[in-house]
Amino acid sequence: MDLLSQIFVEPFALMVEMPDLLVQTLWEGFVSGVLYALIALGFVLIFKASGVFNFAQGIMVVFAALTLVGFYAMGVPAIGALVLAVAVMFALAWTVERVVLRPLVNQPDIILFMATFGLTYFLIGFGELVFGGEPKQMITDELMLPTGASDFEFGGGYVRIQHLDIAAAVIASIMIATLGVFFSKTRIGRALRAVADSHKAALSVGISLNQIWVIVWFAAGIVALVTGIMWGARSDVSFALQIIALKALPVLILGGFTSIPGAIVGGLIIGIGEKLGEFYWGPIIGGGIESWFAYVIALIFLLFRPQGLFGEKIIERV
Amino acid sequence: MSLRHLTIAAIAGAIVSTTALVAPASAQTQEGIYVPLLTYRTGAFAGSGIPIADGMHDYLTMLNERDGGIGGVPIVIEECETGYDTKRGVECYESVRAKNPVVVNPYSTGITLQLIPRAAVDRIPVLSMAYGLSASADGETFPWVFNPPVTYWDGASVFVKHIAEREGGFESLAGKTVGLLHLDAPYGREPIPVLEALAEEHGFELKLYPVAAQDMQNQGSVWLNIRRDRPDYIYLQGWGAMNPTAVREAIRTGFPIENMIGVWWAGGDEDARAGGADAAGYKALSFNGAGTDFPFIQDVITHVHDKGLSQFPRERIGDMLYNRGMYNSMLIAEAIRTAQEITGKSVVTGEDVRRGLENLNVTEERLAEMGMTGFAAPLDVTCENHSGNHDVFVAEWDGEKWTVGQDWTEPMTERVRPLILQAAQDYAAANPGWPARTETCDN
Repeated sequence: MDLLSQIFVEPFALMVEMPDLLVQTLWEGFVSGVLYALIALGFVLIFKASGVFNFAQGIMVVFAALTLVGFYAMGVPAIGALVLAVAVMFALAWTVERVVLRPLVNQPDIILFMATFGLTYFLIGFGELVFGGEPKQMITDELMLPTGASDFEFGGGYVRIQHLDIAAAVIASIMIATLGVFFSKTRIGRALRAVADSHKAALSVGISLNQIWVIVWFAAGIVALVTGIMWGARSDVSFALQIIALKALPVLILGGFTSIPGAIVGGLIIGIGEKLGEFYWGPIIGGGIESWFAYVIALIFLLFRPQGLFGEKIIERV
Repeated sequence: MSLRHLTIAAIAGAIVSTTALVAPASAQTQEGIYVPLLTYRTGAFAGSGIPIADGMHDYLTMLNERDGGIGGVPIVIEECETGYDTKRGVECYESVRAKNPVVVNPYSTGITLQLIPRAAVDRIPVLSMAYGLSASADGETFPWVFNPPVTYWDGASVFVKHIAEREGGFESLAGKTVGLLHLDAPYGREPIPVLEALAEEHGFELKLYPVAAQDMQNQGSVWLNIRRDRPDYIYLQGWGAMNPTAVREAIRTGFPIENMIGVWWAGGDEDARAGGADAAGYKALSFNGAGTDFPFIQDVITHVHDKGLSQFPRERIGDMLYNRGMYNSMLIAEAIRTAQEITGKSVVTGEDVRRGLENLNVTEERLAEMGMTGFAAPLDVTCENHSGNHDVFVAEWDGEKWTVGQDWTEPMTERVRPLILQAAQDYAAANPGWPARTETCDN
């Protein structure tokens, strides 16, 4: 009976009793959700273009952020370092297309997936060789990102909003919207969708597969850079950040691997859901449930929609 | 010659030259005292691992350069990268085991737990300096495992003593709430039994805040829980990227930073520096000094850094974790020196160094000889007590560096020691066939 009360009564009583904490939890979940959506977007872009789950997306986040901080440490002004970091991500996209993807055209998807494993370990080793293994501080002030917090009185308590979190939410939203428009309204976007539907058909109508892959990997690199800046500003830029990218997995399970709206909605559901779960139901079993609770949420949704919220329903004859 | 042949030739050349570079190192193991260091300079915990690895390496290098080793025998130092991963750590152990190491430093509680059953079988002592299994301080049950100068349980008891002192006595702890913010791993969970026992004894409530390794830099939910529970104090048992994130989150959420006290592994310079000026007042336990104002560190600068033999940035010499790595190597060196004295041999074995560790007695005079006066407290290890339950102090971050915030404090040994003995018995009982001690005692 106690357990039932802890699950079905006490959390909701706490929500009513301390509404400020409920709003704070929802806000924290929203910010996390937007950032998860951003990470998931990097996966979705590449999956749409090549049918490959890019295991290297996490390390790309770290690599991009380290490149930015590394250039700044070498004396390059912050904006110059940002431009150079973008250039490095383009060079990475071009190199990946030339060295990894092009030789593997027409190979089974699993081969390409394994190649992204190789890319991950290469980038880890290369990154540690160039930048060292120690965490670096993000150049938050130099990039003119806001710091500090504002407190708002609410429900007998207060809600604290970090200015950086507002910036993260706004920048991530703009980024997602821009990419959404770019890939749905422009010629390149239509070409990407054609490639996603069928490589062979796209090739037959003159779409350059290689060019599309470079563009998509570059876009994923930009997404990685923005994600790295935002997460790095909240904590540090360290190789531990690549683990956070795994948070995108339940987002992708939920939203579908091919849907940009799915990444956004999935990110928000996972972000808010895991924060609510950890805060209100976590203490029942000693806390620390956030890391796996996201998968529980995703699996519950899968029971009803196996293809994910926005994923394509695949019917194959057997 | 075709490109393909050139490539094959280049790879073959690289293999041959690499082998040539490695070969002398293997030969050296025959000529010196082989001390492998299990370190992690890569991965999620590298931020904490690098200064420790460099400190351990540089102190031993200094002994080689300044004194020609220990007792005239050079130390053969070899690092093996574990990435703070237990599986890789065990692989490292397997790779160094055949080279007759005189001692093994796992530098991870998870790896230590795996090596404890191996130590007696392989006759290689395990030195887990102020980490690992607290119960292994019982030398009767664990004759091959050593964890001086203190255990995590001692540390937790000093934390409770510290907050009791600030509150005006143990009786004032009744009704208070204390949070343990910890890495959700064997290391992070170590202090829980002692904190639970002390909570029951003194009437404070203990709240646990586990942080999974994948959420080290994503602690938003945990700090919401902390805001809800409003603990009066937080004891931080974190590692790697978890520590600077915790300091930042404490500041972000308005938790009084002076009421957050870290275990010694949460007291790195970079951990506190992450919080900027607002981190002033953050505290952490310590058993070694920070800074460069000690003669032995000047020797390290002269004999290691000036000769370009160190990887550690010169401007960071004196960082708390770098100094702690050197303290660790001091224990290794003193154990070897003691083993040489006991056995009369200059090239000692693992069995000899086990005896050296068991007879470790670093007096104030010996500290002065080593140029470590004020850097560390005297230390002794006995056959019964492999930790020594020595004093620690509460260091305080002043916004730029660590300062000694409080005098050396004695752990609650009378409270902790019975728990250690009980836990050791429980460990032996849970592992059928656990060998009874047969090793003779020299002290």
